[in-house]
Amino acid sequence: MITELLITLAKILFIIGVTVGFFAPILTWVERKQSAIMQDRIGANRADILGFTALGLFHAIADALKMFTKEDFIPEGANKVLHTLSPIIAVIPAILTFAVVPFGGVYNLFGHEVNLVISDLDVGLLFVFAIASIATYGYVIAGWSSNNNWSLLGSMRTASQMISYEVTMGLTIIGVLMVYGSMRLTDIGAIQEDFFRWGIFLQPLGFLMFLTAAIAENKRIPFDNPEAESEIVAGYFTEYSGLKFGMFFMAEFIEIVTIAAIVTILFFGAWHIPFLTTATLLSWFEILGTTGSNLLVMLIHVGVFFAKVILFIWLQMTIRWTLPRFRYDQIMKLGWKILLPLSLANVLVTGIVILMLQ
Amino acid sequence: MELLTFYPLAGFSILLALGVVINKSPIGSALCLIGMMLGLAGIFAMQQAHFIAILQVVIYAGAIMVLFMFVIMLLNLKGTGAEWRSRERNTLLTVLTAFLALGVLYKIVDIILEIDLDSPAKVADTFGTAAVIGETLFTDFVLPFEVASILLLAAMVGAVVLAKTKLD
Repeated sequence: MITELLITLAKILFIIGVTVGFFAPILTWVERKQSAIMQDRIGANRADILGFTALGLFHAIADALKMFTKEDFIPEGANKVLHTLSPIIAVIPAILTFAVVPFGGVYNLFGHEVNLVISDLDVGLLFVFAIASIATYGYVIAGWSSNNNWSLLGSMRTASQMISYEVTMGLTIIGVLMVYGSMRLTDIGAIQEDFFRWGIFLQPLGFLMFLTAAIAENKRIPFDNPEAESEIVAGYFTEYSGLKFGMFFMAEFIEIVTIAAIVTILFFGAWHIPFLTTATLLSWFEILGTTGSNLLVMLIHVGVFFAKVILFIWLQMTIRWTLPRFRYDQIMKLGWKILLPLSLANVLVTGIVILMLQ
Repeated sequence: MELLTFYPLAGFSILLALGVVINKSPIGSALCLIGMMLGLAGIFAMQQAHFIAILQVVIYAGAIMVLFMFVIMLLNLKGTGAEWRSRERNTLLTVLTAFLALGVLYKIVDIILEIDLDSPAKVADTFGTAAVIGETLFTDFVLPFEVASILLLAAMVGAVVLAKTKLD
């Protein structure tokens, strides 16, 4: 009982450490640096400690310091409670999704079966979807409670955009679920030990639509209409400053990691290396004993998983700095007239193929 | 252990349910309703009905309430109190509602007194999983299930038709 509790606690600490402690601050730097490289600038080299800039890595620290020390401004006529609450509602779902995301398989360590997922839910895939739909409120309430018309416009756009793309997301998830026959994310990961059963081969269209819908849900360029700075100042977070703004910022970056992790699990073989089963890996390191070999394989799998996550983070960043912002009507048209019928057709075709193969 | 999670969840849900009724601003009411639904989802999860719990969050708290919020914001009801006057009292309606509420309360108390609370019904470990619910829906309850889905489809088509005539 106590050991189980300690193991779970360790997993929670690891996930929070990786997302909030590592990825969120590092990604602010990666975004600056990558945009600089893509736009042929030098970029992100001003923050220095005693003349030492560390490739601009200190900008993350400078950002944090700036956000902590800035004035926390609440506009006149704003709803104080909701104005304070909404950044929290935005940032918590982003982290919470990781509760069901497996970052490795099951390993036998010191006589304990260690499953590298915080909560192995039977309905894990739906949980991800449920949490994503809750996140909408943080952004919608933020715009409404600010008592500012720009903010309100931003939150209206957020609501309509997130509702539209949630439909597509839900339907692509159905395709994945039909192929794997399980909603448990650890099962979906385990099945993909076989390279030819990776989601990208079984659901290629599903992968593209899921990634599109996920980026739209995260409201990044080319789907950043809710905060379009050239049209509505900064959208739903116009009236936010200091750490509350920082929380919206953090939510966006953590969501990038979440999307990358979910895409890896559903479509890119989770923690598996192509053509290399866990059993083969274990037999290679047999000389180290059960715990030793399991530990080594676990480290390899976690490493592979996060390498894939980083690959998809890079992909999202590249998309963000390549495409211009879509117009509002284009976003709605893409969501309802292209992606929705396509995802319905995807479900139908998947069903027919599964029936024919049986 | 079970009671330790049940009472906070139940208390939270009841408080927020009261908040829905008492709150003066429509947005506040809607938010309380969302919170209450999340509390209910927690109680479902406690009863081993994980699938229902998640559906409660996805459909009610996630999808339907977002539309509620959207409409409230679109109308921009600030709920300052001035436009919201209470309706004139109708004695007949009051008495009828009171009778109805009393009837419901009586039935609830009756059920609670009848059931032995210390012996919860034994359920299988798979109870409430997506697979079991799916199987039940497509075997024992396939007719009601299909009828309900056709009804929903008809309602959806109807809504589209109504909206389209107004747009054209």
